[in-house]
Amino acid sequence: MTELLEHSASPTTAPETIEKVAIVISKGSLEGVYPGLIMANGARMEGVDADLFFTFFGLDAIRKDRYEKIKVATVGNPGMHLPTWLGALPGFSALATLMMKRQMEKIDIPPIPEFIELVADSGAHLYACKATVDMFGLTIDDFVPQVDDIISVGEFYEKAAGGQIIFT
Amino acid sequence: MTTMLIADAPVDVDAEGFLTDATQWNERLANAIARENGIDELTDRHWLVVHFMRERYLATGNAPSIRSLGKESGVPIKELYQLFPKGPAKLAAKIGGIPKPKGCI
Repeated sequence: MTELLEHSASPTTAPETIEKVAIVISKGSLEGVYPGLIMANGARMEGVDADLFFTFFGLDAIRKDRYEKIKVATVGNPGMHLPTWLGALPGFSALATLMMKRQMEKIDIPPIPEFIELVADSGAHLYACKATVDMFGLTIDDFVPQVDDIISVGEFYEKAAGGQIIFT
Repeated sequence: MTTMLIADAPVDVDAEGFLTDATQWNERLANAIARENGIDELTDRHWLVVHFMRERYLATGNAPSIRSLGKESGVPIKELYQLFPKGPAKLAAKIGGIPKPKGCI
């Protein structure tokens, strides 16, 4: 059978492509966690390898007891365009989180627990930062089963070798 | 947009080889595009995904997200990536003769 007979107008040298990314998630707010997850999922969708390294409060996104309770930061967040006192009212962060989650669901962005499962199932590897794990007195049992390992910064760089590192 | 000959049939494609007119598609074409993209033989599971992508696109005008592909096509995420290692949504769209999915998810 004849297949592609004619490759029209393809450039002689293909542009360089990204083959691998290592994404650091360092913040524990909703708006701090989502960008890294979206970029990791987006990488896998393009056939790009992805590793995720959770550090400091970013660890909340993979902690069994916290990953369902990630909230929008309504205080100290100029992007909210709200007076600080208003953002600090009881329940305000919960309300903002609820509203943002609704908007996200509309455009098919999953809640964090489902998103963690999605990126892990898509072949991305998830790691917890050893220094932070030790600082908070945690063990591997504190994390969701999708977490592959607790690794040091040095091991992270080894895994990231040959790819792009993205810090969020 | 350019015209390309795939499996002896002239079809309109974009710069990345996605069909720009979904009505020009047929299964013979799908087999040829799959081989060109590293999938030697389309199994029943591949076809399930390809048909789901295509039907969803024809019904709504948009390709489904990877999330709904995993939830609604009948093929879970892990298997989707085994079937289409270089990106399930993108590759199934290409094989199914619909435009490249535009969403971020």
